[in-house]
Amino acid sequence: MIDFSIIFEQYKDGITIAIYGTAIFLIIIGLYAVLLKKHLVKIVIGLSIMDAGIHLLFVAVGYISGGTAPIFSQGNEGSAATMVDPVPQALVLTAIVIGFAVTALALSLVIRLYKHHHTANIDQLKSLKW
Amino acid sequence: MILLIFLIAMAIILIVAAVYSIMQKDLLFAVLGTGVVSLILSVFFYILQAPDVAITEAAIGIALTTIIFIITIRNTTRDENKYNDDHINKFKSDNDA
Amino acid sequence: MLKKLFVFILLFAIGYYLVATFRSIPLGENRVGDIENPTTVSGFYLDKSPNDLKVANSITAIVVNFRGFDTLGEVTVLFLAATGLASILYRKEEDEEEDDNRHHISHRLNLPSSSLVRTGAKILFPLILLLGIYVFVHGHLTPGGGFQGGAIIATGFLLMLVSYKGFTTNHNVMVWLESIAGLGFVGVGLYGLFAYGSFLQNTGWTGNLNDLVSGGFIPLIYIFIGIKVATELTNVLDTLLNIKPRKK
Repeated sequence: MIDFSIIFEQYKDGITIAIYGTAIFLIIIGLYAVLLKKHLVKIVIGLSIMDAGIHLLFVAVGYISGGTAPIFSQGNEGSAATMVDPVPQALVLTAIVIGFAVTALALSLVIRLYKHHHTANIDQLKSLKW
Repeated sequence: MILLIFLIAMAIILIVAAVYSIMQKDLLFAVLGTGVVSLILSVFFYILQAPDVAITEAAIGIALTTIIFIITIRNTTRDENKYNDDHINKFKSDNDA
Repeated sequence: MLKKLFVFILLFAIGYYLVATFRSIPLGENRVGDIENPTTVSGFYLDKSPNDLKVANSITAIVVNFRGFDTLGEVTVLFLAATGLASILYRKEEDEEEDDNRHHISHRLNLPSSSLVRTGAKILFPLILLLGIYVFVHGHLTPGGGFQGGAIIATGFLLMLVSYKGFTTNHNVMVWLESIAGLGFVGVGLYGLFAYGSFLQNTGWTGNLNDLVSGGFIPLIYIFIGIKVATELTNVLDTLLNIKPRKK
């Protein structure tokens, strides 16, 4: 894999701010799009970007300095002591597939709402108001 | 040193693509911005020593999410500010005679 | 205007608390601990996976063997999403006329694609299928697995669906394959329940490390998951591309 551990030891504060800051920024931008935009497809785009930020945050927590990928391939079968944490990666694998399923179902609801009410503005969907 | 510059450049491109994707009025370009976010995120997962997650994000986030968004835009409106366009042709391009 | 102010205050508060929380989790700290005498869950999984189960990819061992019930829940969620999508949107019948309700869409969409696209798609399609099948059969040796392989096969079918106008997949064959693969996954779990006492218990024929036949039931379960996800996503794309137009 890429020799990331050398520059990680040298510039630790900068890389921490880069990775955590990017993930938190993606979450904030996604939440802004979900709360303030009017078009239905833009809201689903914001949901998808928020998912991406959360997955990056999870995998970044599981990184161990100087570690390698948790696969016991043919050369290094006894190197379990320098591997990164495998449990957050297994959780994120499930979360990516479920995020895609939620996006697909939300978009099918958008298509059906547009064909029924002839509008894609969330303020004009009158049957939801009391 | 080269790797550090590469990492910072990719983080900046990720943030710019995400901001572009929610500020753009033409929805087709906003969806392509989401695809660019997934692509750069997959490279980030590879750098953080997680190859399984990188393959999953590349296979699902780039190809399949983009195509289902494009099919939705085809069946609803393309411009963000026109909420229903029953009265105009949907796919009229500028070169059409 | 007041709503925008409230939303900005909420976003600032969420950002501030997230930053304050993650300032106390430093990046790169060793949280796994000892591997020989494991004290954490990750250490236990990294210790058991090459020695007892003899599976090279420890993430596959976690997803299929140690947390196999969560994978059953994930397959259920995908199945529910595909079923819900197919029941919300209509599907066009094969013998309907194509051009009586579509006067809003211009005539440019009914032209066939160029011969470059058609030839390239026909060459690439079997190679993409082969890559997808390789990825989910070797899921326990290299990075990969059932979900990744299924998504790659669905992308191959998408290429053919977009390039050729008359390309349809046989709906009945896809439905039967998906049902048999789903029943196979649950059947493997039930066999573990009746023969050895707990659902999805891993049994039998663990070979050597880095063999193709190793790890018990893990390659079998991933083959079932790969076939199920591939046919399910192809059904989703086929439904989305053939929505019945609105009747006037």
